[in-house]
Amino acid sequence: MNATVSNAQPVSSAALGSPAGWPGERELFAAVYREARLIDEKRWAEWYDLYADEGVYWVPLTPGQPDGIDHTSIAYEDKLLLKLRIERLGSPRAYSQQPPSRCTHVLQQPEIESCDVQAGTWVTRSAFVYVEARAEDQFMLAGAVRHTWVWRDGRLQILCKRVDLINCDAALPSIQLFP
Amino acid sequence: MATYLDKPAAVAALIRDDEVHRDVYTHPEIFTLEMRHLWSRAWIYIGHESQVAQPGDYVTVDLAGQPVILIRHADGAVHVLHNRCAHKGAKLLTQTCGNTGRFMRCPYHAWSYRTDGSLLGIPLKASYEHTRFGECDAAKGMARVAHVESYRGFVFARLSADGPGFREFFGDSLSSIDNMVDRAPEGELVMAGGALRYLHNCNWKMFIENLNDTMHPMVAHESSAGTAKQLWKDKPADEPKPMAIEQFVPFASDYKFFDDMGVRVFANGHSYTGVNFSIHSKYSAVPEYEAALVARHGEERAHAILREARHNTVYYPSLTIKGAIQAIRVVRPLGPDRTIIESYTFRLKGAPPPLHQRTMTYSRLINSPMSVVGHDDLHAYRSMQEGLASTGNEWVSLHRDFDPAEIGAAERTVRGTSEISMRNQFRAWSQLMAEGMRADAAGTQRQSRELQL
Repeated sequence: MNATVSNAQPVSSAALGSPAGWPGERELFAAVYREARLIDEKRWAEWYDLYADEGVYWVPLTPGQPDGIDHTSIAYEDKLLLKLRIERLGSPRAYSQQPPSRCTHVLQQPEIESCDVQAGTWVTRSAFVYVEARAEDQFMLAGAVRHTWVWRDGRLQILCKRVDLINCDAALPSIQLFP
Repeated sequence: MATYLDKPAAVAALIRDDEVHRDVYTHPEIFTLEMRHLWSRAWIYIGHESQVAQPGDYVTVDLAGQPVILIRHADGAVHVLHNRCAHKGAKLLTQTCGNTGRFMRCPYHAWSYRTDGSLLGIPLKASYEHTRFGECDAAKGMARVAHVESYRGFVFARLSADGPGFREFFGDSLSSIDNMVDRAPEGELVMAGGALRYLHNCNWKMFIENLNDTMHPMVAHESSAGTAKQLWKDKPADEPKPMAIEQFVPFASDYKFFDDMGVRVFANGHSYTGVNFSIHSKYSAVPEYEAALVARHGEERAHAILREARHNTVYYPSLTIKGAIQAIRVVRPLGPDRTIIESYTFRLKGAPPPLHQRTMTYSRLINSPMSVVGHDDLHAYRSMQEGLASTGNEWVSLHRDFDPAEIGAAERTVRGTSEISMRNQFRAWSQLMAEGMRADAAGTQRQSRELQL
């Protein structure tokens, strides 16, 4: 069963048709905020653990891009590539991180875009502003992030984090952390 | 007072046989001169014919700092037009690409043009009857770049009225384009998969030099390729490697590997590494694709095509290609320390989807603004851009394996770790700059343009 919720009105877990004990709106929104915070605070191990085994971090290259397989993306990272990125950030020879980048996410309150109770998945959409800085340089990105959450092993995990940048087709500088 | 403008001797003194002055990367006057001379006299990559397959299809691009349009005319011909209304100069097309139909119409005063640039109509035209309008350039429509060549779908243009011919300019370096196209079972490339656009806050030459710089991967990319190698080191040898591991790990190869790859240079600044093999040689086979290629060319020829797995070919100064992986990078200089690098991918006509997916994976992992390989490259370029502000040493060393016999050679193949490709680029730089400045001084430097009647 799919339920589409088109606005940001509060929805209880009962209204979403979820069995008792499953996450409701409150838990989903908290998970969105926590995911951003783990990046901002560079708590990489905890961030990595948020992703399901088949989870993907995706930044499409074009608006409305249908997939990350038959079209190039700015990023399309499975857990192996995320691990590589995280380990590299800890490497003393990651020269582009001398000095290191810092970032912050400013999120609008999420909306639940859809849920599939049988599969135990929810999609949240959150408008965001992302700022990344390194030494004297700072740039800003903005757009909407869609998290596809799955309830698994008693916690919410990310199946897909899709980051749609409003300027995805512009010439962009090095984006070294994770919008 | 100008340091380099109208001073050909001062410009010539920046380039020595085995070193170059730091000003070539940093001085604003040098950048101005490069656009006016080098980038005008060289054949610059504009786009691929598959981007403008139908009449009216166009892409807008920057050619030596000038706005131009690559467009397909009704008769099937491809033109490069200056993107400027003949009236007051507004750009006629402002989208990256699209189809303009049978004509272009200026959004300001509605002057309209056919897709070959010729003037179609002006509102209230009678008001021009008693003027000298008919004698001026505007009456002839949009200026067209006269020197345009399409080589197996790759469209190049030369702005300057005089300068080297297309074949003379590229010579046998065109064999790298041949190899990429020959890899298509149906003999044709189709641009597909989108354009990655990466803003580089560095001089354009740092990027183009790096493409045949084989002494940096094991150093600059240790944190990315080296980490990929580490992540995979405990896996059994027969475990199939994910595409990303297969593509990252060869960057961490040792000096001997890159040495043995070999480098070949051609006159006018062109070169390629991977004469004997490359980091692309050991990718897993895609049997369905190889069968399709054998069906077209026969066993022997098909394998010869696939064995030729060149690393990067530099078509100086604007294009670099990877035939073995069907990806290209295009250089668009914006200023002395500002350059856009655009990466495009091709689908080989008649090849199965996994091949194009491999191409796009490579391009994303290496060429995206989020690439961990790209981050460390750009960090190195930017560090040079800032380091070269130092007057502690005015010169950049390019001495590795210098041999006086290489000067003036039409073609030369040496070991892969030589810095010959960079010296070769600067020799072309010197020559094109000198020719352009000489023509300027003699008053014979003209921008090539054709006006329609």
